[in-house]
Amino acid sequence: MSLDTTQVRKIAHLARLRISAEEAQAYADSLSRILGLIEQMNAVDTSGVEPMAHPSESALRLRPDEVTEPNQREKFQAIAPAVEAGLYLVPKVIE
Amino acid sequence: MIEKTVAELAKALRAREISSVELTQAFLDRISRYKALNAFITVDANRSLAQARAADARLAKGEAGPLTGVPIAQKDIFCADGWRTTCGSKILSNFIAPYDATTIEKFNAAGAVVLGKTNMDEFAMGSSNETSFYGPVQNPWDVESVPGGSSGGSAAAVAARLAPAATGTDTGGSIRQPAALTNLTGLKPSYGRVSRYGMIAFASSLDQGGPMTRTAEDAALLLNVMAGFDPRDSTSLERPVPDYAATLDADIRGLRVGLPREYFGEGLNAEVARAIEAAIGEYKKLGAQVVEVELPNSKLAVPCYYVLAPAEASSNLSRFDGVRYGYRAPEYDDLIDMYSKTRAEGFGAEVKRRIMIGTYALSAGYYDAYYLKAQKLRRLIADDFTRAFEKCDVILGPTSPTTAFKRGAKTDDPVAMYLSDIYTISVNLAGLPGMSIPAGFDIKGLPIGLQLIGKYFDEARLLNVAHRYQQVTDWHDRVPPGFD
Repeated sequence: MSLDTTQVRKIAHLARLRISAEEAQAYADSLSRILGLIEQMNAVDTSGVEPMAHPSESALRLRPDEVTEPNQREKFQAIAPAVEAGLYLVPKVIE
Repeated sequence: MIEKTVAELAKALRAREISSVELTQAFLDRISRYKALNAFITVDANRSLAQARAADARLAKGEAGPLTGVPIAQKDIFCADGWRTTCGSKILSNFIAPYDATTIEKFNAAGAVVLGKTNMDEFAMGSSNETSFYGPVQNPWDVESVPGGSSGGSAAAVAARLAPAATGTDTGGSIRQPAALTNLTGLKPSYGRVSRYGMIAFASSLDQGGPMTRTAEDAALLLNVMAGFDPRDSTSLERPVPDYAATLDADIRGLRVGLPREYFGEGLNAEVARAIEAAIGEYKKLGAQVVEVELPNSKLAVPCYYVLAPAEASSNLSRFDGVRYGYRAPEYDDLIDMYSKTRAEGFGAEVKRRIMIGTYALSAGYYDAYYLKAQKLRRLIADDFTRAFEKCDVILGPTSPTTAFKRGAKTDDPVAMYLSDIYTISVNLAGLPGMSIPAGFDIKGLPIGLQLIGKYFDEARLLNVAHRYQQVTDWHDRVPPGFD
């Protein structure tokens, strides 16, 4: 399986990565090589095998619904790229 | 002073033969003297010395713990309150962590000193430390060669005696492979043994933090601090933590050592193979029995990993969006443009490749063929180990197929780079503990690592088996020429 630049551009958009035309070609080449490696998986018949998501397959713990963390909004917002009046700023999304 | 192990330093500190301030300053001086190695991304002498002074006060009051006053270099993947924490990436180049990772919190509570943040492959994605935004790291054994990766800065720092010990993280070999390439002892604990809280996530079902030290004894002392249940990590397991130092000397007569035939085949460098054979001879002299085992699906570990790890990474790294912390592109039109430019400018090429592979593997129409298929192979790989461990107590083999390679040798071919981890990756997929210990040198004088793989949560046995070997060999005592 190899990827062309149209597919690479689509994947890059899904991943929110801006790429130039030259980069699209370079990524098409390197990603196709990686997919070539990955496709060695097809050599093995895995029908009837239960997928393994995780090494420890115990159920996730629950904890009591109690407040455990203090509010540290000022400390956390001090490292944000843009804040105003306690809010994180992003480009306008609603007209 | 710089020649002493963690165990010896801790003893000298408790006996008040040296102070933590003197010791910390001595290592800070070496860090600045050997700056060309590029082992550290951030050094903050004032912060380190303040911790050293606090440790000296504790020592004076006789309140010292096993690591009080010992400087430890921390991989720059662990958030440390007030420290810049970059994960080797431009996207976190201005990120001052506002909290401590559990590992940092535990070292602080033990009285250890944070001796700077070590260089690493960007987001731990690499096997040579060449993907770091902060530049490559030199291997002290050959400054033109790589120190391995992703914990390459930690490896170079300890090997060059810029730190008595360091932390690393291992997703597919990132503690063990650099340990092998720099003549160190490196331990990747079982999945769930060491908290991942505050350790910047790469592939959450594979990542584990662990110690990188000169001896198995030191690794035991560090693991004693790092291991344990943490309610803030949903995958942390509630199992008792033994004293890993207490069983180091246990007799290993009758120990069943499994040799997987798949680890000694094509692709293994002949000098590495000879060193591993010699180590097997040492274990026989110590009374171990050697048995052959099979891991028939090992050759699928690399392809399986390069679906699962990128898939998890593509999800984990979606949090870097330029909104709450980290780098934001200076110019953009709208929200999508801001995300896309921030991430394009903030991430390096290897990270982007892996995000795209993961995005593709998880996308509609491809999920079953890639992600689900890889999860099924993961089961087969884990089952191989379960069967092998019916016949043996530990598995032994090489850590890496070759010794350290030259910088630039594999940067144009991601697939060639990925194969550096051919013997380490399956251990992460299965969630087992694995270790690399020094086992000799090749003709060029480059270190060779021996890998030991244990049963789930059997770290104490691995450390014991490693320690007994280190008592009858002196490979681990060798210092890179020019750094003694």
